[in-house]
Amino acid sequence: MRKFSFSRKSLGVPYALFLFVFVIAPLLVLFYYAFTDGQGQFTIANLTGFFTNPNTLGTLCYSFALAIVTTAVCLLLAYPIAYILAFSNIKSKSVILMLFVMPMWINFSLRITALKEVLTVLEGNLAMHPFLNAVIGMTYDFLPFMILPIYTTISRLDKALREAAMDLGANEFETFLKITLPLSVPGIISGVSMVFLPAMTNYVVLDMLYNSTYIMGSLIGSYFAAYNWHGGSMIALILLGIICLFTLLTGGSEEENTRGGALL
Amino acid sequence: MRKYIKGMFLGLVLLFLYLPIFILAVYSFTDATNIGAIRGFSLHNYVTLFTTPELLGMIGGTILLALGAAFLATLLGTMGAIGAFYSKKKTTKVISTMNQVPVVNADVVTGFSLCILLVVVLGVSKDTFVPLVVGHVILCAPFVYLSVMPKIRQMDPSIYEAALDLGATPFVALIQIVIPQILPGIISGFALAVTLSLDDYFVATYTKPATFDTISTYVVNATKGAQTTIKTALWALSTVIFLIVLVLVAVMNLRANKNGSERVDA
Repeated sequence: MRKFSFSRKSLGVPYALFLFVFVIAPLLVLFYYAFTDGQGQFTIANLTGFFTNPNTLGTLCYSFALAIVTTAVCLLLAYPIAYILAFSNIKSKSVILMLFVMPMWINFSLRITALKEVLTVLEGNLAMHPFLNAVIGMTYDFLPFMILPIYTTISRLDKALREAAMDLGANEFETFLKITLPLSVPGIISGVSMVFLPAMTNYVVLDMLYNSTYIMGSLIGSYFAAYNWHGGSMIALILLGIICLFTLLTGGSEEENTRGGALL
Repeated sequence: MRKYIKGMFLGLVLLFLYLPIFILAVYSFTDATNIGAIRGFSLHNYVTLFTTPELLGMIGGTILLALGAAFLATLLGTMGAIGAFYSKKKTTKVISTMNQVPVVNADVVTGFSLCILLVVVLGVSKDTFVPLVVGHVILCAPFVYLSVMPKIRQMDPSIYEAALDLGATPFVALIQIVIPQILPGIISGFALAVTLSLDDYFVATYTKPATFDTISTYVVNATKGAQTTIKTALWALSTVIFLIVLVLVAVMNLRANKNGSERVDA
């Protein structure tokens, strides 16, 4: 037997194995469960069931609507913030940026509790405006994740490009439209991917706001509570499909991730 | 005038982000059970928070889990990044792609699929804490990998080679040359791992023992319950956490300014 000799390559083996066993294998099992029934027989009933049941289809559409609106609201708030901060020359810029990002580090359930108390005072019965409250809750939760990547992208833009545009006679608005905005697309994409998927799946935000509307994540939660592994797996698989599609569309911008990338 | 409008916009969004936390903080110092009621000053929420064994156990458990999972994730992720960097291009690509899966995946799916594999298929009991710890390591390790990788890329390879030429074994060279150079990435990866674990709800719900709660799962259940003493004690917890984060951020900011760099990003 050859004596084991240390090499830097072999350091990666435990992690590669770990990823395979606990990341890839669970997804394979998910696939198996999604297409079998309680007796282990192959079936596509879970799939057809999902796409023929008006309730689950409704949930899918509702999730998309909620995710699109939430993402749009976050983007409309985050872009100007990032833009203003990136181009301002105030000295306390990094402190203000920090203030926008800091909520990321406070436990989300406690923050949503705070929001819930305030909304209850403002609205009375929270169940009266489920969609509005869902958008407010998710914006409150996810906004920092949209601000940070956009800010990072804008602040790294080459100043010379904007100056050149101005020198060549473009006004500030034209410069924004033709230079800054197109060049900040990578930041927008990574911000959107930080918000869109959680908005389809993070059902606790809704639960905590006494919201009885369902999004895709809630379906997994309810199948889990009912020990229905096969039904739950199919929902998870459909979500996985949406995630894959989304990642392909956005070009899967690797490393630009900021779930916490946010270590300022 | 335009500057004024810009400032007002930033101020309004900050107000939206912080007003709820501030209001809760103010009310945590009263004996009111609802926001809006005007009551007298009281510290009873803080007394409840720091004397109720259930709450203390839950907070301690959350912190212990976060530190433990972050430690394991840092170890695995760092080794993984070093190993992947020095492997063949194809192997690197495979590891990096697998690493990316939990990052882009929804936490609900990560937690649910892990629960099916470990608990339903392999029959591992949730009471062993194995599914929970594995789940949190899965959640955190990819981010450690992502924060260490750029540091390895920036490293000057000739220093490592020089160490070997001067007679160091590969292992010694790794510990004395490579690790110190990528240490900033390892530290920020660890910090990131801790915050991710502390904030997690979904992976924990699907993998935790029934009798164990993290702050997130506890708070979510408490908002559904009707126990007002616990509810208002959580306002105190929210305030304490807010203050801790505030102090940490302030310290980090001060240290960064001292080092003369505008940005402190990792």
